[in-house]
Amino acid sequence: MIAALAFYAFAGVLLVSAGMVVSSRNPVHSVLFLILAFFNASALFVLAGAEFLAMTLVIVYVGAVAVLFLFVVMMLDINFAQLREGFQRYLPVGLAVGVVLLAELAMVLGGWKMAPDAMNLRFAPIAANTSNTVQLGKLIYTDYVLIFQASGMILLVAMIGAIVLTLRDRGLTRKQNISAQTNRTPADTLVLVDARSGAGIGELGIYRPKAPEPVAAAHDEHHDAHHGDHSSAGGHH
Amino acid sequence: MLAVGLGHYLTVSALLLVMGIFGIFLNRKNVIVILMSVELILLAVNLNLVAFSAALGDLAGQILAMFVLTVAAAEAAIGLAIVVIYFRNRGSIEVEDVNMMKG
Amino acid sequence: MLYSIAVFAPLLGSAIAGLFGRAIGDRAAQAVTIFCMILASVCGVASFVSLAYGGGHAGSVHIATWIDSGDFHVAWALRYDTLSAVMVAMVTCVATLIHIYSVGYMSHDNSIARFFSYLSLFSFAMLMLVTADNLLQLFFGWEGVGLASYLLIGFWYHKPSACAAAIKAFLVNRVGDLGFALGIALVFVTFGSIEFSTIFASVAKHQADTYVLFGKWPAFEVIGILLFIGAMGKSAQLGLHVWLPDAMEGPTPVSALIHAATMVTAGVFLVARFSPVLEFAPGALGFITFMGASTALFAATVGCVQNDIKRIIAYSTCSQLGYMFVAAGVGAYQASVFHLLTHAFFKALLFLSAGSVIHAMSDEQDIRKMGGLARKIPLTAAVMWIGSLALAGVPPFAGFYSKDAILEVAYAAHSAVGTYGFWCCLIAAFLTAFYSWRLLIMTFHGKPADQHAYDHAHESPAVMTVPLILLAVGAVLTGWAFHEQLLGEHWQHFWGASIFNGPANHVLHAMHEVPRWVGLAPTVAGIAGIAVAYALYLGMPDVPALLARRFRPIYLFLLNKWYFDELYDAVIVRPMIALSRGLWQVGDATIIDGIPNGLASLTTGGSVRASRLQTGSIAVYAFTMLIGLVVLVSVFLLFR
Repeated sequence: MIAALAFYAFAGVLLVSAGMVVSSRNPVHSVLFLILAFFNASALFVLAGAEFLAMTLVIVYVGAVAVLFLFVVMMLDINFAQLREGFQRYLPVGLAVGVVLLAELAMVLGGWKMAPDAMNLRFAPIAANTSNTVQLGKLIYTDYVLIFQASGMILLVAMIGAIVLTLRDRGLTRKQNISAQTNRTPADTLVLVDARSGAGIGELGIYRPKAPEPVAAAHDEHHDAHHGDHSSAGGHH
Repeated sequence: MLAVGLGHYLTVSALLLVMGIFGIFLNRKNVIVILMSVELILLAVNLNLVAFSAALGDLAGQILAMFVLTVAAAEAAIGLAIVVIYFRNRGSIEVEDVNMMKG
Repeated sequence: MLYSIAVFAPLLGSAIAGLFGRAIGDRAAQAVTIFCMILASVCGVASFVSLAYGGGHAGSVHIATWIDSGDFHVAWALRYDTLSAVMVAMVTCVATLIHIYSVGYMSHDNSIARFFSYLSLFSFAMLMLVTADNLLQLFFGWEGVGLASYLLIGFWYHKPSACAAAIKAFLVNRVGDLGFALGIALVFVTFGSIEFSTIFASVAKHQADTYVLFGKWPAFEVIGILLFIGAMGKSAQLGLHVWLPDAMEGPTPVSALIHAATMVTAGVFLVARFSPVLEFAPGALGFITFMGASTALFAATVGCVQNDIKRIIAYSTCSQLGYMFVAAGVGAYQASVFHLLTHAFFKALLFLSAGSVIHAMSDEQDIRKMGGLARKIPLTAAVMWIGSLALAGVPPFAGFYSKDAILEVAYAAHSAVGTYGFWCCLIAAFLTAFYSWRLLIMTFHGKPADQHAYDHAHESPAVMTVPLILLAVGAVLTGWAFHEQLLGEHWQHFWGASIFNGPANHVLHAMHEVPRWVGLAPTVAGIAGIAVAYALYLGMPDVPALLARRFRPIYLFLLNKWYFDELYDAVIVRPMIALSRGLWQVGDATIIDGIPNGLASLTTGGSVRASRLQTGSIAVYAFTMLIGLVVLVSVFLLFR
């Protein structure tokens, strides 16, 4: 009884918050309602006896995905005032599709029945006195290990993909250019000054390294003549 | 097994699915909300899987739901990355502006 | 063996001159083709002599199988009988002389090897025609000579008029060839074979056969008419004669060889060859006589007013071919072949001497601009006189014997159409003599019309005059020499089985019993024609112009060749061009081109529309996907 009440409460909040996700005009609110919906869904999972999945949902979705959404929504410089305009243009189509789909699902819900031998077709029957997590772990690392590995690969690809997509080189970082270093010659950077004994900086002036661009340009013409001198100039910056 | 009948779970998940689809149609201005609607649809799928798993006493449904979670997380990550760079390039994430996929 | 060499030597010469003419040079090409032709004529004459006098046996020389399909068997074979042998001997001799003559006549041309190759090719095709053992091989030769004629008429292809004449000759011949091809098909349907020996052997069996097309017709009559339509095209009979005068655009040796001596007589040869069938087709024979007589008269009238030296002779050829058909039509095939032989010599002689005149006058062909040339080119004048005497039928020249025989058989036929033929030919004989002497007088006698050209006129070189002299000898002697054999008491012995006369056909016998005046009539008519020509053109030079003015409509009617060209232009050519233009613009440009163009534009338009579906908008894609999902689920639910 209490479980049923809890189900209805959680289901009600889930549906209401889901409705707010799609109807809220402020995306930030949408994300927050999405988090609420995930919490309630995880409660429904608990009611259905899927404790591990419920925790995963909270940790992965609420902790990672929903926060990622929030992050992106807040990071993007979106004019929310503009977003509110032209809200209802496709409402009739959306409503029609939704109503048709709902009617069809209602037909299914009204007419479904369990297959008679469904109980005999189970892949992994739930054991009576073992915890949900333990059973899942045993299955994942034995029967479903290939799919598990594959999903790991999917996550890896998604991670690399996200990095590759969003990474941009704005030229603000200084990186080591190995080829430029090894191709430097003494003539490019060294200036021999005949310094009189006892002359100070005030008399001789201050010598600074040349700008990097001429070094790259001069690289070709010095390449053959000073082949043996590469190592002596390399590395000094 | 279940506190309430399987039908209740299925009803909730059906409503959730319809709301997700409705959200895709309803939203014209923000691609991110479409992504959230997709998350809702996937959540409805997961709810279905878990409900059947509980009703039949079969753990396979929960395992499948877990993989769905994994893929959904990956999808969200990639989708958001695309949204970010799209915004960076075009300065907008309005759905109607996303029309560069012509061959 | 000799016979095969006679037929195939010209092909060898043609191939060498045509394919390697550039490599071996003009001199060598001439030498090769002339050598091959001399070889062919020696062999041809030898095989004729051995058959006619040496006791040789007629037969056929099998060379190869051509088509062997179901009931349809055709072989490459050379028929060896008197008719073929006579033709082979005549064709090879005349062709050889004309080859030699061409060396001089074409010496200033710059594609000599090509010319000689074509000439030899023509000779080969003509020999193939006359030695054919079946209708298909005959058709091969028939089309071969047509092709060679086309190539040679259009030899100077840089002249638009020559090209037009070549095309005209080819197209008009196609009309006749259609009839010929249908005739061959009907022969095969009727007899089940197109081998001459099989056909002729089963004539009796199929005599009563009929052919149904808009009513029942005797099959032999239809075959005869169809084959004669083919002959009409090749032999330039009235209606299909229009190509022959235009064909004079070709070099003069070509006119002599193809359009006088050999090719145009192919129709006569065909009729003679098919005598076993035609003998049982009195209707077709009557038609042949009628057409021949009409042509003889028509061409003679037109010839009287023409001014181009070659065209006059061309109309004369047309007229003489009419004579041959008259003879064939009344059943005297022997007489028509006899006239064919004598005509070949004296008409080739006339053409070649006309060529000599043209050569002397630096390519001038209008007789009104000539005159008095007999003093400058006496040899040419002499041989042309001989040729004209032969043509006019003055004894004892060749034409006298053959023309006399034709008029006698026409009279002796004692049929309405035969009498019509007789009178037409008699009038034509008068006109022939008239226009021949008109030509001679205006060319060789009187005062020079063009003093400048007259001063430069010169006799042709020996390489041209020697063939002229040889042909002149032929024109004098062939009639006298062969008359007795071909038409005398023992004609049956000479011809053997090559020409068939029906059991009721006694015309060759009856011709010796006609009244005396009939035998004299052509000679008298000829001499009268000569006298009139002398009187009008030498005695009273003003009278012809006066007559032309007085009878201007008739004069124009004749000058414009009875308006045949204009008639065909209005009735056939213009509607055909209009139809072709319509087919081109509507059928081809609109419909046929329209289909691919329409498909292309449909594809393009469809693609443009289809690519509009690809908006590139993510939202539309997502909507489409979801609506598709809903539709899928609906369909699944509704039709499960």
